[in-house]
Amino acid sequence: MSTLVARMAAAPPRRRAVFPGAALAGLVLAALAALPVAAEAAGLPFLVVTATRMMIFGLAALSLDLVLGYGAMVSFGHAAFIGLGAYAVGILDAHGIRDLAVQAPVAAGACALFALVTGAISLRTRGVYFIMITLAFGQMAYFFMVSLAAYGGDDGLPLSGRSTLFGMRLIEGDPALFYCVLAVLTAALLVLRRVVASRFGRVLRGSRDNAVRMQAIGFSPLPYRLTAYVIAGAIAGLAGVLLANQAEFVSPAYMSWQRSGELIVMVVLGGMGTLVGPVVGAAALIALEEVLAHYSDHWRLGLGLMLVAVVLLSRGGLAGLAAKIGRRA
Amino acid sequence: MTPLLSVRNLRKSYGALKVTDDVSLDVASGELHAIIGPNGAGKTTLIHQLSGSLPSDSGTVHLAGEDVTDLPMVARVRRGLARSFQITSILDGFSVLENVALAVQARSGSSFRFFRPAASETALNAEAMDALGRVGLADRAARRAGSLSHGEKRQLELAVALATKARLLLLDEPLAGTGPEESAILVGLMRELKSTHTLVLIEHDMDAVFALADRMSVLVYGRVIASGAPSVVRSDPAVRAAYLGEEEAA
Ligand SMILES: Nc1ncnc2c1ncn2[C@@H]1O[C@H](COP(=O)(O)OP(=O)(O)O)[C@@H](O)[C@H]1O
Ligand SMILES: [Mg+2]
Repeated sequence: MSTLVARMAAAPPRRRAVFPGAALAGLVLAALAALPVAAEAAGLPFLVVTATRMMIFGLAALSLDLVLGYGAMVSFGHAAFIGLGAYAVGILDAHGIRDLAVQAPVAAGACALFALVTGAISLRTRGVYFIMITLAFGQMAYFFMVSLAAYGGDDGLPLSGRSTLFGMRLIEGDPALFYCVLAVLTAALLVLRRVVASRFGRVLRGSRDNAVRMQAIGFSPLPYRLTAYVIAGAIAGLAGVLLANQAEFVSPAYMSWQRSGELIVMVVLGGMGTLVGPVVGAAALIALEEVLAHYSDHWRLGLGLMLVAVVLLSRGGLAGLAAKIGRRA
Repeated sequence: MTPLLSVRNLRKSYGALKVTDDVSLDVASGELHAIIGPNGAGKTTLIHQLSGSLPSDSGTVHLAGEDVTDLPMVARVRRGLARSFQITSILDGFSVLENVALAVQARSGSSFRFFRPAASETALNAEAMDALGRVGLADRAARRAGSLSHGEKRQLELAVALATKARLLLLDEPLAGTGPEESAILVGLMRELKSTHTLVLIEHDMDAVFALADRMSVLVYGRVIASGAPSVVRSDPAVRAAYLGEEEAA
């Protein structure tokens, strides 16, 4: 029997490999790494900016997936963490602290704390009430920043420039920022992949699927859900740090409830509980925004139709659709 | 010797409906105590109250001498109580092995571990395989739990309960919805469990109950109308009138 155990340990069940995952990931990474050079050569430098933006929101959507896809917590206030992360940069910058070595930990820490406090309260509720209460906290954060006149209030707050890293001006250029964002996103993906497969992730997934069953074997879901909420908040805060740096500007608009809604759309569009899916969902949404907005002011209508189509065709979002096609091929 | 489970004057009402009406019973360590009663008698409600998933209006529950009346389900599980559900409750999307390994994980070390893949923890898997072996599901370990047959799912529930290393198992109609072959397997299994566990068994299948029970209680409209050895309960006139008679008439 021990050989059976060993065999199963070696080959964990239920791996839905669509493509040889590692090879595909390597290919995507290589293509992305080449993008700034290719865009430069093709005379399309704006592509780098757009791709950077996609990855920043991909990072935020990825973090939301931990909460939404793996925890079944429909947080409608996730953009607040992006905003708080961005304001951590803006406010520190206004006081002459421009280094990421300080800004990033402060942003992640502030977001983790905000997540801990608001999560401890929100997670007493489930379902629609949870949606409403996270929305309410998100709006509170939004209006707090709107009323913060010392830091620009409604008008937002321009940065003095992009952040430094250990005193070096590393992300001054757009290609450099692109690589920085790519590195952070890749690291976050790899870390979260481990997290969802860990003991912690297993309890989180189990509680999502059947909380009563989990209690019956001795787990209270709350501490695990709260921890996931805090991790996700901190990562979204890092997305905010990157967003502030890309725009060299922070604004309450980053944390409006529409933004939170868009993050949910990215996750659902890409495929909940797949990690990579929401990143693709973010890229797809931003691409659609750019393309459709080019043709019509009513691009959101087109977006709505596409969302309905994807959700109807495959509950698993784009990731599920890819898996379906992969199986058929 | 203090009974492993001791229930005193337990009550629960939904409005005017007394679902649990002054129930008292003792379950000694090592015995299988069956609870029978017609549909709607309050058996499932009683299991909820004993397991801590439903608060009682009044009365007390002691586990190995300790008052657990006000403890939530999770705390009672940690003290050695496990339950199965009348309606199958497993993690369909998880593998059979993972369903059981989670129960092992719950009592072995912290689950606030974030990096090591849980599926490759050989200690968890080995214990889970033991439990699966005991219920005869070892060859199903890698299957998706949702793909099991109904009877196998009931076996899996038993394996999960076993894996909690509970002393006391509360089983709510483990044979519900199973065919004759499946139920023969499950009865054989419960007979084996008797040698290692204290069991409270709710069951409709009278053959199974009389084959397995050391003692039994009959619940009708939330009240225990008879309690004792099966042979005594079987010949109790009140029981014949209220329950077994109906069964024979039906
Ligand atoms: N949450 C509830 N609210 C109101 N009535 C309930 C509730 N749960 C159970 N009941 C009622 O309590 C009675 C006992 O139910 P139950 O414990 O499921 O019985 P059994 O398991 O013996 O068939 C039934 O009449 C049922 O309708
Ligand atoms: Mg019942």
